[in-house]
Amino acid sequence: MSDSVATADTLQEGVAGAVKDWTSPMQTFQVPWGKAMMWIFLLSDTFIFTCFLTGYMSVRTSTKVAWPNPSEVFALHVGETNVPLLLIAIMTFILISSSGTMAMAVNMGYAKRKKAAVWLIVATAGFGASFVGMQAFEWSKLIEEGVRPWGNPFGAAQFGSSFFMITGFHGAHVSLGVIYLLWVARRVGSGYYDSSGNYELVEIAGLYWHFVDLVWVFIFAFFYLW
Amino acid sequence: MSAEEGQQHPIKLYLYIWTLLFVLSFFSYLVDYFAFQGVVRWTLILIFMLLKAGFIVAIFMHMVWERMALATAILTPPAALLVFIGLMSVEGYYINGSRLLYFATIAAGG
Repeated sequence: MSDSVATADTLQEGVAGAVKDWTSPMQTFQVPWGKAMMWIFLLSDTFIFTCFLTGYMSVRTSTKVAWPNPSEVFALHVGETNVPLLLIAIMTFILISSSGTMAMAVNMGYAKRKKAAVWLIVATAGFGASFVGMQAFEWSKLIEEGVRPWGNPFGAAQFGSSFFMITGFHGAHVSLGVIYLLWVARRVGSGYYDSSGNYELVEIAGLYWHFVDLVWVFIFAFFYLW
Repeated sequence: MSAEEGQQHPIKLYLYIWTLLFVLSFFSYLVDYFAFQGVVRWTLILIFMLLKAGFIVAIFMHMVWERMALATAILTPPAALLVFIGLMSVEGYYINGSRLLYFATIAAGG
């Protein structure tokens, strides 16, 4: 392990270090290859989600039909009153909770506290699964109310296509993440990483999971709140 | 445990950031709850969004502790996206303007 990744004290820090890394003949990124590849994948995913959100921005600014008010469309009836965006707020808190448990899991993995790591990863996956469940509820509610990719009763037709595409793609990421996390939890639990003593894969899975949370921050701001 | 064994940081820091993310999310929800409108609404939404995104990338994804070579490789390409967003914003308003100009009579009929 220590042959492929240089130890911290032989490396320069700051700008000088960055220049040295970028001009180095063998290896630019002094991290395990899996981590570098995950970051590059997440960068490409950033471009995909930005294209979706930019497409949404384009249709929303260019339509002359009024945009549906998300605060009303996503309101929930609680007793007699309409609470704006209640379900979306709960989903946001659930995803942040899952990010927290994931950060803990990475920590526990490196601390070699296997049992704690496994349960924290499973908790993260559980939060993720409940998030997808709520999204399914939200989709069925909107479909019932007549929201379609080609039109809806509340206003501009592009609302439906933007909504289903953006939240659908994000939901697919969460669903895949849940499967990925359960697989990592199983490997940690079965002692697969014990022989190498290398719990980086938990951190790499964590990067993916935090990214899913990160994308939701932008969707929440631009689609639900704007 | 030494630095080359991966990213290890005190649990206290994670708990602190976790709490902070909850508070910031709650604030951004309040923006909608109290129905702020216009520039105030957009500014508040953007501030809370950028703070949340920053903390997630910096602390939870460990970007502040990574070497600058990795940080620059990941964080500079999205600058191209900002240019793209700017261009599409101009384009969107332009299309909106021409629609209002040329299809205004059709809009009256539906």
